[in-house]
Formats: sequence, C-alpha cells, structure tokens
Amino acid sequence: MDLEPIISRMKLGAAGETGTWRNYRPVINKELCNKCKTCFSYCPEGVISEEIEIDYRFCKGCGICKEMCRQKAIEMVQE
Amino acid sequence: MILPGNTSCQGCPISLAMRCLDEIENPVLVIPAGCSTVVAGLHPNSAMKIPVIHVPFASTNAVACGVKEAYKRAGVKANVIAWIGDGAADIGFATLSASATRKDDIITVVVDNEAYMNTGTQASLSTFWKAKTSTSPAGKADERRDLALIMIAHKADYVATATVGYIEDLRRKFRKASQIEGFRFIQIHCPCPPGWRFPSEKTIEIARKAVMSGAWALFEFYDRKLRFSGIGKKFAEKDNRISLAEYLKAQGRFEHLRDEDILAIEKAIDEEWEILKRFSGE
Ligand SMILES: Cc1ncc(C[n+]2csc(CCOP(=O)(O)OP(=O)(O)O)c2C)c(N)n1
Ligand code: SF4
Ligand code: SF4
Ligand code: SF4
Ligand SMILES: [Mg+2]
Repeated sequence: MDLEPIISRMKLGAAGETGTWRNYRPVINKELCNKCKTCFSYCPEGVISEEIEIDYRFCKGCGICKEMCRQKAIEMVQE
Repeated sequence: MILPGNTSCQGCPISLAMRCLDEIENPVLVIPAGCSTVVAGLHPNSAMKIPVIHVPFASTNAVACGVKEAYKRAGVKANVIAWIGDGAADIGFATLSASATRKDDIITVVVDNEAYMNTGTQASLSTFWKAKTSTSPAGKADERRDLALIMIAHKADYVATATVGYIEDLRRKFRKASQIEGFRFIQIHCPCPPGWRFPSEKTIEIARKAVMSGAWALFEFYDRKLRFSGIGKKFAEKDNRISLAEYLKAQGRFEHLRDEDILAIEKAIDEEWEILKRFSGE
C-alpha cells in the first residue's frame, strides 16, 4: 500500500511565514533586558531564542512576551 | 517539539503546551480532531518534530494503547501520548475510561480550553459554569465536570492538573509522568483568546488568575494520595485567593454575569474544593 499520500513531513513554517499576521512587533530594549528568559519560556510560538533574539519571520505579535517581561524591556510597535 | 510558523492563533495555549513536550523522552502523539490537529500541521506539512498519528475521536486511547504495545514488542522505548481536547474527552470518554481501567502504559494529556474550539466554541462538559458559548448563548446551565477526579476514581498511576500559566510546574509534571509506568493523565488548563474572548497577550495572566481565584485547582495524585502542587498549595486556602470576579470579568464569555451569578459559581467552586480537600486529607 502506498502510504505516502497520507504522510505529512516536518516543516519550519508549516503554515507559511506567520510573521505576516502581525499587527504589532515586539521590540526588545537590550539595556533594560536582564536575560531572565521569561519571554523565552512563555512565547507560544517558540520564536525567542535563549539569547533573547526574536525571529520576526514567524513571530505572530501576540504580545505575551511584553506582558510577561518584569523589566518592561519589550515594547509593541505598530507594523 | 513544535516548530514556529504553525497554524495556532496568536497567544495559543496549546502551542505553548506542545513546546513543553521536550521534557518527555521519545514522545509519540496520537491526536483526534480538534485545534491540536490543526496546530500540529496542515497536510502535507507537519509542525511537529516528533511522530504524530491523527485518528478519529473515539479511537484515540485504543490506538495509543496498540501503538505502545507495538513499540514494546519491537523493543523501542517510546512515550506514547494520547493528546486530546476536552471535547474529545467527552466524545471518546468510553475509550478513555476503558484505557484507564486496563492501565494502558500511556500518557493521556487533555488540553482543556473548556469548549469545542476548533468547530466554533460549542460547550463541552468541561465548559465553565455560566460561560457563553455558541451552544449556550445565555450562559451554560449545567455543571462543570471534573475530569481529573474521574480519572482518580480509575485508580490511575498518575493524575495531575496543570496550567500554561505556570510553565515550570507543567514541565515538571510532564517529566514526572514520563518517568512513571502505567496509566498517566494530565489535564492542562488552556485559556483560549478567541474562544474565551480576551486579547491574545492575556493568555498567561488569565491562566494565573484562574489558579489565584480558586477556579482551577493544581494537584497531583500518585501512590494513592492527592496532593496540592506548586503554587496551587497556596490557593487551596480561600483566604489567599483573589476574587472570582477578577478572573471572570477579564473574559468576554462572562460579560453577562450578574453579582448573584458570580456568587452561585463561587459556591459551586467551594464545593469542589471541599471534595478535593477531603481526598487530600488536608
Ligand atoms: C466523529 C467526529 N465528530 C465530530 C467532528 C467535528 N469536530 C472536529 S473538532 C471538534 C471539537 C473538538 O473539541 P476539543 O476536543 O475540545 O478540541 P479543541 O478544538 O477545543 O482543542 C469536533 C466536534 C469530527 N471531526 N469527528
Ligand atoms: S522577559 Fe524581559 S528581561 Fe527577561 S529575557 Fe525577556 S526581554 Fe529580557
Ligand atoms: S509577540 Fe508573541 S509570538 Fe512574538 S515573540 Fe512575543 S510572545 Fe512570541
Ligand atoms: S482557538 Fe484557541 S486553542 Fe484553538 S488554535 Fe486558536 S488559540 Fe489555540
Ligand atoms: Mg476544547
């Protein structure tokens, strides 16, 4: 039996470049950031690296990182 | 375990819960229809770094059981996970109950967003008291069913409630479940921005308010004992809680509630805590 037609393969951006969904862009102020990694832990998309860099190709702009940052180091800027 | 650029909505709790699967060695997911299906990928693309089998609703735990047995016979160490929604727990309940009774060596994870979200927010048995959904436009009239307590009644080897609001606690419970043999069950509270009608940046805040107001209890059951876990211990004491109104008023699905409705819900929640406390002996 040919199973290939019913198999899906792993793909980064399975739904395309979801960064285009964004209305607001999270911007990190490196001077205020203390690298606590809270934003890394709570980003639903997993687009914040452990070095606290955001991958804007896929960031959907949900704003959770901004809400979670105790340092108030993240600002949501309109696209 | 989930790649960026998937189909989840902004602020999706399920996507966040799927990220935490990296606590579990060699996970293999069995997923029935629901948001998780779509989040896991659109054919021919998969957003998951792990094997996923998509199955019809009521077959989920039966398929997971068979897959686990097959892996065992092939000598492959895999953590087979039935990853289901609260609606799937309604629709596939007989299979779930049989699986727990057989003590299938699998983990069942319920991502509980308190409705059938993927088909447009119809009420499930897990839907919160008096919540507006597309099938309860005036507010749900029935009780909220307590699934985790039902699984404890099956004498499961591990039962836990968790939330995306406290991610370290959730990760610890995934780790713990993966290190135990037998039937394991984790129900994750998943506040859903479009379904509950709150802005996408508030998912974590709402999830935490659920715990802080006593609306979502955090506990674990193992070695035949129920224990309140993590930050949940603090909110087992009513005096430590925030007001229920603070949790409810942050969500559009409760915009119609009057003060007496909130009091009635509080009473129902207090009764649930009474039961939990009797079980825990605390
Ligand atoms: C046998 C069957 N009945 C109904 C459906 C339609 N359906 C697809 S998803 C869904 C709701 C799933 O709700 P839940 O399990 O809570 O998952 P959620 O989408 O909320 O994550 C329903 C009823 C279906 N796919 N198969
Ligand atoms: S939460 Fe704020 S302070 Fe912490 S790592 Fe992220 S940006 Fe930096
Ligand atoms: S806005 Fe949302 S998706 Fe984008 S980096 Fe912040 S938490 Fe992640
Ligand atoms: S409806 Fe809710 S649970 Fe479903 S994908 Fe969207 S945010 Fe996630
Ligand atoms: Mg659901």
